Amino acid sequence: MRVLRDGRGDMARRFVSPLITLFLSLLLALGAWRFFSWALWHAVWTLPPGSNTDLCRAALGHGACWAVIGEKFRFILFGFYPYAQQWRAALVILCFITLFALSLSQRFWRPSLALIWGSGLVVIAILMWGGVFGLAFVPEDQWGGLPITLLLATLGLAFAFPLAILVALARRAEGLPVIRWLAIAYVELIRGVPLISLLFMASVMLPLFLPNGWNIDKLLRAQLAFVLFAGAYLAEVVRAGLAALPRGQYEGAAALGLSYWQATRLIILPQALRHVIPMLVNTFIGFFKDTSLVLIIGIFDLMTTGRTATMEPAWQGFANEVYLLLAAIYFGFCFTMARISRRLEQRLSAPHHSIEEPA
Amino acid sequence: MPPFLCRPAASPGPARGVFVLVARAIIGCALALLSHGPAQAAGSGSPTLDAVRARGVLSCGVAGNAAGFSLPDSQGVMQGIDAEGCRAIAAAVLGDQRKVKFVPTTTENRFTALQSGEIDVLVRETTWTLGREASLGLEFGVINFYDGTGFMVKKSSGVTSAHDLDGATICVEPGTSTELAIADYFRVNNMKYTPVEIQDLQEIHNAFLSGRCDAYSTDSSALAGFRFTQGAHADDFLLLPELISKEPLGPMVRKGDDKWFDIVRWVSFAQITGEEYGVSSRNIENFTNTTNPDIRRLLGIEGNLGEALGLDNRWAFNILKQVGNTGEVWNRTMAPLGLPRGLNGLWNRGGLMFAPPLR
Repeated sequence: MRVLRDGRGDMARRFVSPLITLFLSLLLALGAWRFFSWALWHAVWTLPPGSNTDLCRAALGHGACWAVIGEKFRFILFGFYPYAQQWRAALVILCFITLFALSLSQRFWRPSLALIWGSGLVVIAILMWGGVFGLAFVPEDQWGGLPITLLLATLGLAFAFPLAILVALARRAEGLPVIRWLAIAYVELIRGVPLISLLFMASVMLPLFLPNGWNIDKLLRAQLAFVLFAGAYLAEVVRAGLAALPRGQYEGAAALGLSYWQATRLIILPQALRHVIPMLVNTFIGFFKDTSLVLIIGIFDLMTTGRTATMEPAWQGFANEVYLLLAAIYFGFCFTMARISRRLEQRLSAPHHSIEEPA
Repeated sequence: MPPFLCRPAASPGPARGVFVLVARAIIGCALALLSHGPAQAAGSGSPTLDAVRARGVLSCGVAGNAAGFSLPDSQGVMQGIDAEGCRAIAAAVLGDQRKVKFVPTTTENRFTALQSGEIDVLVRETTWTLGREASLGLEFGVINFYDGTGFMVKKSSGVTSAHDLDGATICVEPGTSTELAIADYFRVNNMKYTPVEIQDLQEIHNAFLSGRCDAYSTDSSALAGFRFTQGAHADDFLLLPELISKEPLGPMVRKGDDKWFDIVRWVSFAQITGEEYGVSSRNIENFTNTTNPDIRRLLGIEGNLGEALGLDNRWAFNILKQVGNTGEVWNRTMAPLGLPRGLNGLWNRGGLMFAPPLR
């Protein structure tokens, strides 16, 4: 700032800065203008029924073809789920959104939230599989689209998080060298390979190890790979939280006569996890987007259905519109997670500012 | 099991006892799994056929992202010549073309999926080569599509034959068999060309359309699909008549299950024979009183050909009634892409589709 006080600094402030601002605003306005011209004014919204896509092709380059979304949105959202039953998959998405929304609201932050999630997942399972209450049975291989993405991410995190806590505790268990060594080996082995190779292992190598006739469903194999992967990363985040706790907390808990598990549950974990909420949610968000990698092993998650939707010759060339839709959906969910994280931080950190490091 | 997982069992130290126990548990578990081999029912003599019947559904590996071969439509129903191949096998074996579980596979996991028994048959536009048949433990049943590397040019260029391409620039995807085929072709014919190598499909299309290259080369089926995407401008492009490489595509099965191999190949032959005798899904009921002995044997009115295969005698009737003959399948899948029948026509109409006699 001191530099700005001399003559040259004033010059920069008076002339150059406004020019840069003006230039950047113009650039931004031009970009916005071109985008809206493409996305709104010159866009083709619908095609007359029964016609081919020539109308869209004529607009290619200067106008968006939103008709591709109208034609393909059900495939993008639900994949191979039987067309007549897709209302069930739609309800499942609604269930997930409701559960996320409830988790966002502070009024529901009590133990019963776990119960709500439990029953929500049961409802989701019933809707997806069916086979009861007069719903037709739909096997997992016909699931696809957004429900798959939400299932992979939600269940992956739900199982990975407890695993991560156990592994993080195990890594700090000085008195149990075997368990500690196993935890280190697990984290380093999983962290040392890309997620893609883990998915390939689950998809390509695992079936070869199992004898003929022993087929674990492809979706389940991918889910397991995700749990293992997320578990290793979350474990390191949790370990960071544990390491950040002052030693006095452990000693204080021991002095109160609490057992190891009591101390961990009541004293250590609540504080340790609170420290690392931003990092946890960061990992969650990254992981949510990583689920799109299942496309390389042939599972039709949201990303794969989106890509496949524009492979039909009539609709080739309109991938930008579909990718925009996918981006909007992914952003919606990731932004929600970020909001939940923010509220958790605000609520949990406010009354506890006064924990102080012993000198 | 990868060797690194076994290493802990041998490492000395205080933890040794635990590791030995864990290792024993793992080995014991593996042995228990291995001894539980595939169920060798006495039934048909074909483990795959027995497995399909017990399951009540055919597990069929497809690509799921290739227009004309296997690609879900807007309602999530798999369409294409490979998908119809799966349905024909299901119609023959289970009597119902709907009893197919389509398993989308990638180029990486397709062979493993078949080797491990996850799928019963792989119908995934896979080129029949000696290398594959000799080394994978898999074999090709029959050829369901004769593809080959072709060239597409703009009609305005006046080029009508590949021999006119001396000195041309050619758009090609790097690292593909197409690239090699072009190099060989131009060398053999003592012509010169300039390759324009572009990785992304959309970019190749744009480069060709904008005139950066005189010709675009890839598999002829993909070229036809590309031409189709040009809608009203499709007639501006010409697919040159020469195919410069052989790409025979067909369904694969595991070696060692000869009865299943027979079924897969004769399902295809039955469809070819149906077209040869003019029996289609629309007129098949008119043939129930036919006196033509060939058709009577085909439809199971006379003889025991179906039982000889280990199937119902109405196997071919079910295929032709529910899926249709080779020509019908072609008209539903490839003809809409503007692909000429060419080599894929019947043997007595200038094509290569030939079926041994059904008697």
